[in-house]
Amino acid sequence: MAIEIKVIKKPGRTVAEQVYLPEIAKGLGFTMGRFFKNTFGPKAKKEIATVKYPEETVEYPERFRGIHRLTQRTDGSPRCVACLCCSTACPAQCIHIEPAEYEPDDPRYGYERFPAVFTIDELRCIFCGYCVEACPCDAIRMDTGMHMPPSTRREHFIYDKDTLLSIPGRDGSYLTANPRHEPGDPSHPGVDRERGH
Amino acid sequence: MTTTFLVVSSLVKVLVVLVITVGTFAPIIIWAERRQSAMIQDRLGPSRAAITLPASAVAFIDSARLPMWRLAALTGIVAIVALLTLTFVAIKGSNPLPLSTSALTATLVAFGAASILLRVGYGVHGMLVRNGGKIMLLGLLHPLADALKFIFKEDFVPPKADKFLFSAGPIIALIPAIAAFAVVPFASSLHWDYLNQVLPRTGDIAGLVMPMQVASINVGILFIFAIASTGIIGAAVSGYASDNKYSLLGGIRAASQMVSYEVVLGLTLVPAFMVYASLRLEDMAMWQYDHIWGIFVPPLTLAAINFFVAAVAETKRVPFDLPEGESELVGGYLTEYSGMKFGMFFMGEFVEVVSLAAIASVIFLGGWDVPFLYRDGFEFSLPFASAAFSVPLVHWLVVAIQFLVFLFKIIILIWFQLMIRWSLPRFRYDQLMSLCWKGLLPVSLLNILVIGAFILSGWLDGWVAFFEKIF
Repeated sequence: MAIEIKVIKKPGRTVAEQVYLPEIAKGLGFTMGRFFKNTFGPKAKKEIATVKYPEETVEYPERFRGIHRLTQRTDGSPRCVACLCCSTACPAQCIHIEPAEYEPDDPRYGYERFPAVFTIDELRCIFCGYCVEACPCDAIRMDTGMHMPPSTRREHFIYDKDTLLSIPGRDGSYLTANPRHEPGDPSHPGVDRERGH
Repeated sequence: MTTTFLVVSSLVKVLVVLVITVGTFAPIIIWAERRQSAMIQDRLGPSRAAITLPASAVAFIDSARLPMWRLAALTGIVAIVALLTLTFVAIKGSNPLPLSTSALTATLVAFGAASILLRVGYGVHGMLVRNGGKIMLLGLLHPLADALKFIFKEDFVPPKADKFLFSAGPIIALIPAIAAFAVVPFASSLHWDYLNQVLPRTGDIAGLVMPMQVASINVGILFIFAIASTGIIGAAVSGYASDNKYSLLGGIRAASQMVSYEVVLGLTLVPAFMVYASLRLEDMAMWQYDHIWGIFVPPLTLAAINFFVAAVAETKRVPFDLPEGESELVGGYLTEYSGMKFGMFFMGEFVEVVSLAAIASVIFLGGWDVPFLYRDGFEFSLPFASAAFSVPLVHWLVVAIQFLVFLFKIIILIWFQLMIRWSLPRFRYDQLMSLCWKGLLPVSLLNILVIGAFILSGWLDGWVAFFEKIF
């Protein structure tokens, strides 16, 4: 097969382009059209991309990792069982948990613990989401759709248990979509005090 | 004309010019330039600078909204009743009521105006409350913020710079730009003794006459050229005094560019002198008032385009901003300047934009001339028809309308200059020079020849007569 040579001519400049004035008029026409559309045009036709931030906000995307929240059980206590998975997984070591036992007469006693202290240093947090991945109880989530409210004080970024529990998810709920089976419920899948081992 | 009157009126006129150029136009252009570019690029631009009212004031404004709305409604109802009564009187032909017709009219005007003002106030208060007490004014406060920043910035002078020339540079650049306004007429002359009368359309009028320009000198336009070429010294001197090679290069570029375009600027206006047969700007405006706008005389149309190009180059703005081409020269002769000294250069550049727009509008766009407005008021007439509709106006109103229309023309030209600034890319330096010496200069020389032929052959008179027959 013989090699074919295809000659591509360099596109020349037309007289209109060479004179420069018609091209200037074209360019000016374009920018003017843009200007009039965005300044005096009807609101629906404007293409202004700027958001006047504090007054207007754009909602974060669905999977945005916002500030953490601790999900609640139906009785309002934290779902967290103080297993320390999240603080172990945390590469920034910003989660501090002090586990505590339930009272002996509590049905959860001997099966779960609860966090007496649960603190997240949001300034240390790198928002990697590993804590959410690590949590076996769906107790910590980053689905709040909020960034940290700004402050000039360091203490304002140390979120304690009550703060974390008081932040709702994006849907406004303090629970999660996954149901929680308490020890004693008939739907409880594992062992519990009533059914025995 | 008494001396006191002359002095006082001159001072007032100088003040008006300063307020218009430095006080109003320059800050607004600084804002408009950024805002306009943003609008072209689908952005919002500077709109965030705000004066925030304290929370108590916002609460007070909020509480005043409902009473304001109620008052607006009440006064509106009174105005409507007055209007209905007046209509009734007009239909009936006589006034049987205890109130006189003039009292009714006064009521209508007063209450109507109050109602509209209160309604507008209600709207403004609502906006303020919704904003959280932030007064933003579309971002017009940004120039104010800029000025404050300029004043409080460190006024740095390079250690080995020529201290005196370094400080003198910005002043030399700013003053000529403002001084060019001295000969620009911003309205037809004011007949001081007949302010509240309708003047006859033609004929001389005795009494005190105040020309609406700071200085009426017979060299007129030549004064502007002389002053404008002084501006070159500002750029060159500051470039030299900065003790910086980039500054020096920028200064040299500025000087050579402005000297070159100065020539073209002068030559493009020669056809205008030939047509108007005068160097005085007020006479040029008067000729255009009597006949037609300069831009509609064919050779002057070309002169106007050439003049505009040369004027943009003269202000050293994009696409001719090579003296400060930041990709090559950092900031050109502005490199070492900061604080209010830089602000003065900035100001001078924008005042120059305004003054060139003013000169272009006086020479080519009729200056203060308003279509269909004569010394005795408006007269609208159709071409080839005898029907005419006239609105007589008192003298001060005519002058005020001319002044406002002149400002409007300046604004349009400034807008166009800003549009060019944001649409075209920068030239190369050799392109800039060849455009001047090989493009604009021969064309304007040829244009002088053409306009000479145009005048000598009598076509000019024919053209003007033809136009006057139409309008």
